[in-house]
Amino acid sequence: MTRVAMTVNGKAVTGEVEGRTLLSSFLREDLHLTGTHVGCDTSQCGACVVHVNGQAVKACTMFAAEAEGADVTTIEGMANADGSLGTIQQAFQDFHGLQCGFCTPGMVMSAAALLKENPTPTEAEVRAYLEGNICRCTGYHNIVKAILAASGQSVPAVAAE
Amino acid sequence: MHNFEFVKPSSVADAVSALAGEGAQALGGGQTLLPTMKQRLAAPEKLVSLSGLAEMTGVSSAGGVMTIGGATTHASVAADAGAYPGLAGLAAHIGDPAVRNRGTIGGSLANNDPSACYPAAALGSGATIVTNTREIAADDFFQGLFSTALDEGEIITAVKFPIPQASNYQKFVQPASRFALVGVFVARYADGVRVAVTGASEEGVHRWSAAEAALSANFSAAALDGLSVAADGMIADLHGTAAYRAHLVKVMTGRAVAAAS
Repeated sequence: MTRVAMTVNGKAVTGEVEGRTLLSSFLREDLHLTGTHVGCDTSQCGACVVHVNGQAVKACTMFAAEAEGADVTTIEGMANADGSLGTIQQAFQDFHGLQCGFCTPGMVMSAAALLKENPTPTEAEVRAYLEGNICRCTGYHNIVKAILAASGQSVPAVAAE
Repeated sequence: MHNFEFVKPSSVADAVSALAGEGAQALGGGQTLLPTMKQRLAAPEKLVSLSGLAEMTGVSSAGGVMTIGGATTHASVAADAGAYPGLAGLAAHIGDPAVRNRGTIGGSLANNDPSACYPAAALGSGATIVTNTREIAADDFFQGLFSTALDEGEIITAVKFPIPQASNYQKFVQPASRFALVGVFVARYADGVRVAVTGASEEGVHRWSAAEAALSANFSAAALDGLSVAADGMIADLHGTAAYRAHLVKVMTGRAVAAAS
């Protein structure tokens, strides 16, 4: 076992992990932050996206030991300090950017990473950035609308491709 | 996944020491190795993490050569390799954004997946693979599917790319995996054109010498008109026949030439 220490959602945390412990497992099973979802466990679906030192990564495809000393943000860190939904989360609610909700944590974290890089993305840029996030309910249109709205842009009638 | 000893060295020298002995393997960004270990297709006894080694990270250019540290992520190459736009564009379309934030150029080249993008850039640029012990020309480095000239425990510390006058990479993605069904990297240098093909051949990444000769004489897509690619030795699977891949090699080469800047 290896002792790891990192900052998760602004709080210092420590734990004992095996070499093979995935960051997603450490977050969910050791820290009980179960908002980070594991859909495929094969790095395709993106439900497990979290930020490590400000960058979006798939938590199921990174060892917890690799996050030693890192600053990690999960979906639980996206709400406002008073517990109300953050801007991106609220936009997902307003634009019905989810149905079953399983992919939503990863979608919100990817959206946050995109908007940090590119504060006013085009619809095409939003769709391209979500390449690694799979939703099987919505058909993506309302997710794209929510992200455009969260960027402060007016939301056009998003055309079906 | 079978358990293993996790080692995070703080220098290349320490990493080399940690890799000595049976059962040890280097860990780059892990974007291929972790899924492989989950399927128990790999079960190293010790993983030596190369991420965070400052001496193996970053992009720099001098004297017409771009040097990229082996532990540099795809996202960093996409952002920082502006002096070599063909290479930056290739890096910007590997996997998806989260994968690009972890996956590394050294890891990709060492793995030499027959459908990976970076081998085409390295071979198409006549790059030099720099390891902890030596320098290897790209023409000697790639040795078939998942096989390279690297010895056990040898680490790719950097890759040196001669910057071409014009270049482009065209990838026809396999619609499920988004890996290259066929990818072609074209680079035009003062002394000739290089064309490298990934995704297509059962032998892995390779050069298309007939196209190189034609394009060196006339750098235009029309120069390819009289050429054809044999289907022999091309990969055939449910995503495309050997003949389809052979056809795509020529199409994607033409597109790369037309788009080269």
